[in-house]
Amino acid sequence: MEVKDIRIRNMKYEDFNDNEYLENYVNELKENGVNVFVGTFSDIINWGRSNSVWPLTFATSCCGIEFMCVGAARADFARFGWEVTRNSPRQADVIFVCGTIVHKMAPVLKRLYDQMAEPKYVIAVGSCAIGGGPFKKSYHVLKGVDEIIPVDVYVPGCPPRPEAMLYGMMQLSRKIKVQNFFALSEKSVKHKSEK
Amino acid sequence: METLEKRLSTLEYVSVENEDDRTTVTVAPEKVLELAKILRYEEKYDFLFDIVGMDYGDEGFGVIYYLSQTENPARLTAVKTRTGSREKNELDSVCEIWESANVYEREVYDFFGIIFINHPDLRRIFLRTDWNGYPLRKDYDFESNSIPVHNELIPDMETSHSVYMHEGHEEDVTRSLFDSNEYVVNFGPQHPAMHGVLHLRVSIEGEEVKNIDPNFGYIHRGIEKLCESYTYPQILHLVDRLDYLSGTMNRHAVCLCCEKALGLEVPPRAQYVRTIIDELTRIASHLLGWGCMCMDMGSITAFVYGMRDREKIMDIFEETAGGRLMPNYNIIGGIARDINPNFIRRVKEFIPYMRKMLKEHHILFTGNPIATGRMKKIGYLSKERAITTGATGPSSRASGWSNDLRKIKPYSAYDKVDFDEVLRTGGDTFDRYIIRLDEIEQSLRIIEQLIDNIPEGAFAAKTGAIIRLPKGEFIQRVENARGQFGVHIASEGGKTPYRVKFRSPSLVLVNALKEIVPRHKIADLIMIGASLDYVIPCIDR
Repeated sequence: MEVKDIRIRNMKYEDFNDNEYLENYVNELKENGVNVFVGTFSDIINWGRSNSVWPLTFATSCCGIEFMCVGAARADFARFGWEVTRNSPRQADVIFVCGTIVHKMAPVLKRLYDQMAEPKYVIAVGSCAIGGGPFKKSYHVLKGVDEIIPVDVYVPGCPPRPEAMLYGMMQLSRKIKVQNFFALSEKSVKHKSEK
Repeated sequence: METLEKRLSTLEYVSVENEDDRTTVTVAPEKVLELAKILRYEEKYDFLFDIVGMDYGDEGFGVIYYLSQTENPARLTAVKTRTGSREKNELDSVCEIWESANVYEREVYDFFGIIFINHPDLRRIFLRTDWNGYPLRKDYDFESNSIPVHNELIPDMETSHSVYMHEGHEEDVTRSLFDSNEYVVNFGPQHPAMHGVLHLRVSIEGEEVKNIDPNFGYIHRGIEKLCESYTYPQILHLVDRLDYLSGTMNRHAVCLCCEKALGLEVPPRAQYVRTIIDELTRIASHLLGWGCMCMDMGSITAFVYGMRDREKIMDIFEETAGGRLMPNYNIIGGIARDINPNFIRRVKEFIPYMRKMLKEHHILFTGNPIATGRMKKIGYLSKERAITTGATGPSSRASGWSNDLRKIKPYSAYDKVDFDEVLRTGGDTFDRYIIRLDEIEQSLRIIEQLIDNIPEGAFAAKTGAIIRLPKGEFIQRVENARGQFGVHIASEGGKTPYRVKFRSPSLVLVNALKEIVPRHKIADLIMIGASLDYVIPCIDR
């Protein structure tokens, strides 16, 4: 099987600022070779998955308000099939880590992540979730959620605009689209904290 | 005022100092309780505004109690005490005199390790039980704790410690908050209806809530300690992120506090714009509060409508200040940059739009018989209980307690405008709901009067490149969307503060929730919480 399609309907390929990492990923897939049957099925499944990603309702602070804006009238992520925010992690595909994660919250977030069913994704929203943000020097703040859970997409900002969050969602859509669905469980990513 | 001075002059163990807006009473630690009783029962100091813990280095620890009378709310009285040495860290609890002292003293214990004798429930409030050290002490070791791997254990959470004095000896008493036969449900920290990461331990009996025990600290970011290492202009950015829904107002408070300390005259243009921006923020906050409360009752449409109108305000902010949720607009001395040429036009367009939409909101939800049936005569909070729990803002004004600082002690341009302090007497969930919509109307009135009269001139006063506050302690209160927000800055004359304390209006609102909720249905617990409209990061700081 030759070409992996990394184009999504919602946004033009040229409009993305960083296409290299996905292209590298596609090249890697091509080099390893993809089975025609498996590849085709995977494409169909991924087409469905990337257009209906269900986020968990999770927010700790300011970015949560912007997340609510993404869900409300103007930005409206329902246009892209993301609108079914789930209250239970067991039904969610993606967790938006909106806001600062502090020491007391860290085990709770870890447990929420563990409760989600595979395949699961994490979007770190805002500078706090990325690296501690303005509270980096604090005694009680985690310096980025990637210390405890693996992160797929980082959305910078303090807080990011709703458009920035939509951009982050599109990136995740593309990432889902190029993944080999049937190989996901085989190379289940071990995070550095689990060594 | 004179009566207080006269009464205090009869006591030989206090020293009184009068400044233009507050009275400072210094007292020895052994006499705090005695003085507190005199102030509470003879001088009618019924509202405890805040308790500030202090670390004075070699001179030991100290506590400052800020008190106010509901009859004369414009004036604050500070009662100061210090223990004298670092080994001595015990003080008498004032919980039995002011009920709201319960949470404040727990906080001081958590941060400074000051033990309050006779406190009924001296647990850590924000940090975990297994946390090492007291972070706001000056000699705290930042390396003493690592990221926890497991959740805090339930027995740790619900075991309360108290220290009592018994015949001259200290006696430690531990007890469980819940009986072993009580049915306790965890509610939060991750719960969609919890408005943040609050963790309630709810003891239920069938459908009824018997008792709740709030657990905080899931978003405790240590802002107060961070402030001690940052310069004053840097602090402003952290303050925005406390109560992000009234960020500009919190920032306003810190700016006013610094300006007062520096003796800086703020240009009238900046004062007007600050007031307009504050009121726009208040409208945005109330719209979100309204939308979320309706959503908690099952009306998603109301949430979408509220957010839609809120976006208009966000657009105005974005154009003028550059930020949506965090405009980062107030700076010490004025505002960061001049208003956008479109600002006045867009605000003027917004006012009639919002008025029209308010009518629609009333038709959509207020008049709905199902909604009113769920809200009326539910979650009653009396005026007296509002004062003793320390709840301020719209939630307490719904109970009839007049405490709007914009009226009582006007700052910026609030003395130049004519508006009503919305007061209701019902004290139930419906009153707390409707008061927010009425406040939006009043905010629109304020903006209407100011928007055409913004004076020309400079938008910020000149300050030095490095801002150093003079030595001393300064406090400033503002009315934010949830109540009285206070900033206490202790300066040693350097470019960073010695201690910063924020008085969070939301912390006491959860205190009020604990007061209201028993004997209500579980479904009403969510709705009462939404009607109080607390913001969790402001509680945890």
